[in-house]
Amino acid sequence: MVPVGPTDLVDRDSLRDDVPQFAPGDTVRVHVRVVEGNKERLQAFQGAVIARKGSGARETFTVRKVSSGVGVERTWPVHSPAIARIELVSQGDVRRAKLYYLRDRIGKAAKVKERRLAR
Amino acid sequence: MPQKSPTRAIVGQKVGMTQVWDSSQRAVPVTVVKVSPVRVVKVKTPTTDGYSALQVTYGARRPSTLNKPEAGHYAKAKVDPGRRLVELRIEDASAYSVGQELGVGIYNAGDKVDVTATSKGKGFAGGIKRHNFAGQGAAHGNHKHHRAPGSIGACATPARVFKGTRMAGRMGNQRVTTLNLEVVSADAERNLLLVKGAVPGPRGGLVLIRDAVKGSK
Repeated sequence: MVPVGPTDLVDRDSLRDDVPQFAPGDTVRVHVRVVEGNKERLQAFQGAVIARKGSGARETFTVRKVSSGVGVERTWPVHSPAIARIELVSQGDVRRAKLYYLRDRIGKAAKVKERRLAR
Repeated sequence: MPQKSPTRAIVGQKVGMTQVWDSSQRAVPVTVVKVSPVRVVKVKTPTTDGYSALQVTYGARRPSTLNKPEAGHYAKAKVDPGRRLVELRIEDASAYSVGQELGVGIYNAGDKVDVTATSKGKGFAGGIKRHNFAGQGAAHGNHKHHRAPGSIGACATPARVFKGTRMAGRMGNQRVTTLNLEVVSADAERNLLLVKGAVPGPRGGLVLIRDAVKGSK
């Protein structure tokens, strides 16, 4: 990263270099560190990325999944140390940066079309 | 609450705000303050000046831009002229000496500090912004009085508006001190001080940092 903003030198320490490229519409599996008592374990959360907001150290992303009929959304900072790993499961074919319209849809309509690479 | 007197103080420049991660992986909002090393130009003591303070300067300035009194003042202290002279009030200045250099290293992570600066000017602001008035209803027949202050007093008695009644007026551009901010980290290598939370003033503004005078610990 080339420092351009006034606080970039400070932000550089907060950034991770192991974040995969992913965009809204992609399906990701997020492995979150969960601390229970004094034990730490990993919890996976898989769903569609419906938004990425902000930039630099403050950037966040929102993942939505439907769990037993209930929509669940979680938002994390992209560079959060609480995330062990972000796994890109599949890429989506979407035309929008924010997929909030998925919240109003149910069933098959709530699915994101998968992007197939042209052969 | 007992007031403590600051024993350390320094001057810096607000860089901006960002966030860092703490040990429990939570985001901490921080203000970055650039603290260039300061040089003590004069030590003020109660016997000589009636109060205790450090007069310091920072940065560099071409000697040709100084007028004769300023040049003489720096020459007497044998200190290179800096951008400007800043006075830091501290409890006992006698521990410091003229020519001494102070840096961001005087603070450590976890210290509590007060930060003083000139707040951003808001211009002529109404009562809602300036005094946190509630404003009036959006509906119920209200017409063009949504942000009006409401009553400013009674009628024939006292037949005047009391002095000090909160009204619209100039807001901001004042000297403001934010108390009890925590030092998140002091980076002596890059001369940066990270203070938890917000600090008054615009980016690039001059900020004075001193030991917290209130609070326990």
